[in-house]
Amino acid sequence: MTGFDFSNYNRNAALHARGVPLPKATSTGTTIVGCIFDNGVVIAADTRATSGPIVADKNCEKLHYIAPKIWCAGAGTAADTEFTTALISSNVELHSLSTGRDPRVITCMTMLKQHLFRYQGHIGAYLVVAGVDPTGVGLFTVHAHGSTDKLPYVTMGSGSLAAMSVFESTWKPNMNREEAVAICAEAIKAGIFNDLGSGSNVDVCVIENDKPTQLLRNYMKPNERGQKERDYRFPKGTTAYLNQKIISKEDMRKYISVEEASGDPNLMEVDS
Amino acid sequence: MSSPFDINGGACVAMVGKDCVAIACDLRLGMQALTVSNNFPKLFNFGPSTFLGLTGLATDVSTVSDLFRYKVNMYRLREERNIAPQTLANLVSSSLYEKRFGPFFVSPVVAGVNYTTGKPFICGFDSIGCIDFAKDFIVSGTASEQLFGTCEGLWEPDMSPDDLFETISQALLSAVDRDALSGWGAQVYIIEKDKVTKRLLKGRQD
Repeated sequence: MTGFDFSNYNRNAALHARGVPLPKATSTGTTIVGCIFDNGVVIAADTRATSGPIVADKNCEKLHYIAPKIWCAGAGTAADTEFTTALISSNVELHSLSTGRDPRVITCMTMLKQHLFRYQGHIGAYLVVAGVDPTGVGLFTVHAHGSTDKLPYVTMGSGSLAAMSVFESTWKPNMNREEAVAICAEAIKAGIFNDLGSGSNVDVCVIENDKPTQLLRNYMKPNERGQKERDYRFPKGTTAYLNQKIISKEDMRKYISVEEASGDPNLMEVDS
Repeated sequence: MSSPFDINGGACVAMVGKDCVAIACDLRLGMQALTVSNNFPKLFNFGPSTFLGLTGLATDVSTVSDLFRYKVNMYRLREERNIAPQTLANLVSSSLYEKRFGPFFVSPVVAGVNYTTGKPFICGFDSIGCIDFAKDFIVSGTASEQLFGTCEGLWEPDMSPDDLFETISQALLSAVDRDALSGWGAQVYIIEKDKVTKRLLKGRQD
């Protein structure tokens, strides 16, 4: 399905054998949660991306689109969650086009687990899959090695313990939409404040039966930066430079070989 | 043995201003502590207002820049138009992820002004193609920790091209002066919708 290129693999493996450390990938050392309610399902995520101890992105998106009524929250290696969900999203779309039916959450979960199992955990995607389909509400977790779980409330990522403590202490059956969104947001906040790998804002996605899916980007912003009282604006000429070259719009033609095609079709005739 | 990202050294930074973007890099090429060249630019042009910055292992910087020159030329021949920064970002991302299990040791940065919308755009990547979309600035290279500090302190929204030049230059120069593996001069591009200004900065040569 994908087809990875291993042309640098031997070089990198030889380097690694000589003690060179592996490259640091951006990870979404994350808190992601999901919870079903009477008429649908809600998933939520924090928005911090880390590279080791460095915060690489303060407001990234961890809620991924699969189908209009199936969404995915991703933890683990950021590139893997991004590309695995995009790949499965494409295949789910093609599948629903070929069958003429709305895609099902369990189909999507099965495609994800089979893909991840084939790569034996080397694709580091830890996902919460949620959605509504003709069979009802679905909420699953998928681990990088291919195992899955089906539960009424789930948490994943480095902040999963903090988030799960909120569910285990305050979850109750047969919640409504507002209660489910509130408990998910509270669980993410527990991750944001108690887990170092999670931080910044809360993103929420609500998928309901017979209603359009709502992606509530930055549903909560509990960590907004205060207004700076002064700035470090440098006066013009502070930085010394040895030379400069200005390429204006007119000069740009020299650097661009592509010309705008003329509207007159006769000018397109090469032979005449 | 040290990480492949730290052998040759180098730093790159991009910033957003009002209707303009800036991208800058240092000029050092080294082998561990020995400086081999002080004229090794890490910024590559892929259209009238689209730039790619590459830091990391120098052999991969060259390989990857040549690979994208080829890919972008093929894109221009097929599409008969220049590549937009957003399109280049997706091209870089998918090309790097293709090598998920044998990556290039590079940390790319894309900066440009979209020629149809006129909107400024910057983004950064890890070595396996995860995109970091930022509204403010992107840093990469051995001085990235220092750059995070200087940019977080100096950057502010809606800077004019002149203000942006001073801010990005001071952020880069301050950062590379605190990194032994980066420096030895710097290059800055200020990209506006219909004008690009390239400046060679006077930097410390130690």
